[in-house]
Amino acid sequence: MSDYNVYAARLLPRSEFFTPGHRACQGCGPAIVLRQVAKALGRNTIVVNATGCMEIVVSPFPHSAWEIPWVHTLFENTAAVASGIEAGIKVLARRKRHFTDSGKINIIAIGGDGSTADIGMGCLSGALERGHDFIYLCYDNEAYMNTGIQRSSATPMGASTTTSPAGKASKGQFSRKKDLGYIAAAHHIPYVATVTPAHPFDLIDKLRKAAAVEGPAFIHAFAPCPTGWRCGADTTIKLARMAVDTGVFPLYEVVDGKWSLTHEIEDFEPLDEYLFAQGRFRHLKNDAEFVKQLECDVHQQYEEIRARTKAGA
Amino acid sequence: MSAEQANHKRIGMEVSFAVAEAVKMLEVEAIAAYPITPQTHIVEELSQMVADGDLDAEYIPVESEHSAMSACLGTSLAGARTYTATSSQGLALMNEVLFVASGLRLPIVMTIVNRSLSAPLSIWGDHSDIMSIRDVGWLQFFAENGQEAFDLTICAFKVAEDKRVLLPTGVNLDGFSVSHVVEPMLIPDPKLVRDFVPSYEPQLRADPADPVMIGPIGIPEIYTEAHMARDVALIQSRKLIDEVFADFEKVFGRRYHALESYRADDAEVIVMAMGGMAETAMGAVDTLRNEGIKAGLVHIRVWRPFPFDDLRAMLKNAELVLVIDRALCAGGPGGPVASEVRSALYPLEKRPQVACQIAGLSGRDVRALHIVQMLKRSMAQAEAGELPEYELHNVREVAQ
Ligand SMILES: Cc1ncc(C[n+]2csc(CCOP(=O)(O)OP(=O)(O)O)c2C)c(N)n1
Ligand code: SF4
Repeated sequence: MSDYNVYAARLLPRSEFFTPGHRACQGCGPAIVLRQVAKALGRNTIVVNATGCMEIVVSPFPHSAWEIPWVHTLFENTAAVASGIEAGIKVLARRKRHFTDSGKINIIAIGGDGSTADIGMGCLSGALERGHDFIYLCYDNEAYMNTGIQRSSATPMGASTTTSPAGKASKGQFSRKKDLGYIAAAHHIPYVATVTPAHPFDLIDKLRKAAAVEGPAFIHAFAPCPTGWRCGADTTIKLARMAVDTGVFPLYEVVDGKWSLTHEIEDFEPLDEYLFAQGRFRHLKNDAEFVKQLECDVHQQYEEIRARTKAGA
Repeated sequence: MSAEQANHKRIGMEVSFAVAEAVKMLEVEAIAAYPITPQTHIVEELSQMVADGDLDAEYIPVESEHSAMSACLGTSLAGARTYTATSSQGLALMNEVLFVASGLRLPIVMTIVNRSLSAPLSIWGDHSDIMSIRDVGWLQFFAENGQEAFDLTICAFKVAEDKRVLLPTGVNLDGFSVSHVVEPMLIPDPKLVRDFVPSYEPQLRADPADPVMIGPIGIPEIYTEAHMARDVALIQSRKLIDEVFADFEKVFGRRYHALESYRADDAEVIVMAMGGMAETAMGAVDTLRNEGIKAGLVHIRVWRPFPFDDLRAMLKNAELVLVIDRALCAGGPGGPVASEVRSALYPLEKRPQVACQIAGLSGRDVRALHIVQMLKRSMAQAEAGELPEYELHNVREVAQ
């Protein structure tokens, strides 16, 4: 029962480092993710936050929602700033000029899917390749929410956003979702995992593992956004769970290159229930063929991961 | 130890290596850099020093200049003395991050080995790169030769890290014509350098024992005030720069000023230049004086904060000032330095005329002879009342 605490909510820390009073929308998936992340990592943590919803909602001066040091600089350089903080702390410790002796400090870089999959991709890749000891967390709401629901390269095919709008000549987002977990894993870093706010114990467990490894860890967090997805504020957790059960967002871990599914699915839930619980896919309601195709893609992707697990790859 | 003793060693050294040597003597703790000609020799030398264990620093070999400056934000926020170097396209790619460095008041020091910008691609020296970032809130020094590049690197850390300043600082030197030259240089005892610049004790850092929010949103109600605070620090750094230059002289025997001059006291016509060209201009001044023209040279050592008062005092008796610019403000006032000089002189009741010649773009040779020609041309134009806004010196006719 070494994983006992994974199942016992009572044993979770009561302390909150991502506190109420921020200005996120009701039911904001990313905000729930960050609250859980903060619980997992605890006080001895430095947050580096990219420009985006989660930066904006926590920091209108003089208010702050973080009880731990928090740094924002730009939209796309979070991984590089975190690299610098890590390197800086390392050299100061080595030279005995360090300012705190409270043990290992967790450094976590946080960015949205736009920041991570698009504009900050090169910067993230550089930081992962160099092997800095930090966690990169992408909260993936599948859009550029802070600038108003535009597509990113992590927006799923068929979703209508303001820059991939559905119309007479368009089915919405035109390309397949960029797979961040694969990309991170291809850097041969010690730890990669996917999480959702609907699986909080799994999330906390994975974040703790990410903090414990030496070297970079990458966490891809699925984070429904009621505002962008045009769904009820009370459906965030349900949608996150459905995303896992339909195969849309497989939960897995890659530890030292070894893949494993942390939540195996035998029978996929039907995709259309997930899609049509949201407004961003409603233009597909009469397009059964396209939805079927999307479902095929989802299952194929899941099987690919399963194959990697089996191959022990 | 006297200044003479401090400078006991006079050795021939490539200027880039001398800059790296200064960085090593300052025991810089973190360096994040990306290679670009003609800056490369500096960062290559530094990474070798780190690899050899001669400098105990973190060297972060980032994947772009944008990340170089970003990583510097991080190391500086962790509390480490931080250095980087770049040129041209690299500086342009950093642009966005430069504002953050000054906005967060991080005393990062950067050598800018000045070079032109594409297109057409050109690796040779001019001031197009630095002029495109002149308003980002950094202090900017200009070195004319290797000794100055070495000395100003040391002064830059001392000024930048002072609690009354806390601003990033650039040390500019010309690509190739300064950076790649082997010069005889006075290299002081490292201990003196270390005593001169005490280790960096940051004012602000990311510390879990004392959590603060760094870089929050500045709503309209506070943004202006934040910028004013930065501006006040930048303008007031002038006083401190003078102090540091004076202290530097006490220890090392060489004296720098925000504005420097050569045979300018009784001059009627003044040449103004920055960087390596200022040295060439000394020769031109001598030639002109031999011909009976009362010429002098004024050159700007501290480009930011701009020394408005000193400039007014120094130029008030001149009849004509010729500014030689090594960058072109396209579609605007022509030369960025000339534009600044004009605005500095405007409040004077009796002000000299200001001519602007743009020369030495992309490393095109500018010799003393050219400077003499330029000055004579401007004098004739001024005499005829036909001084243009600016001219590009010595341009070949291009078919339209
Ligand atoms: C260089 C640059 N380009 C564009 C922007 C404008 N911008 C700010 S946040 C943002 C989108 C953020 O999207 P994402 O990373 O997905 O995070 P979210 O807002 O969804 O939380 C954009 C485009 C910027 N700040 N900087
Ligand atoms: S727009 Fe979406 S991601 Fe942004 S705060 Fe609102 S719910 Fe959260």
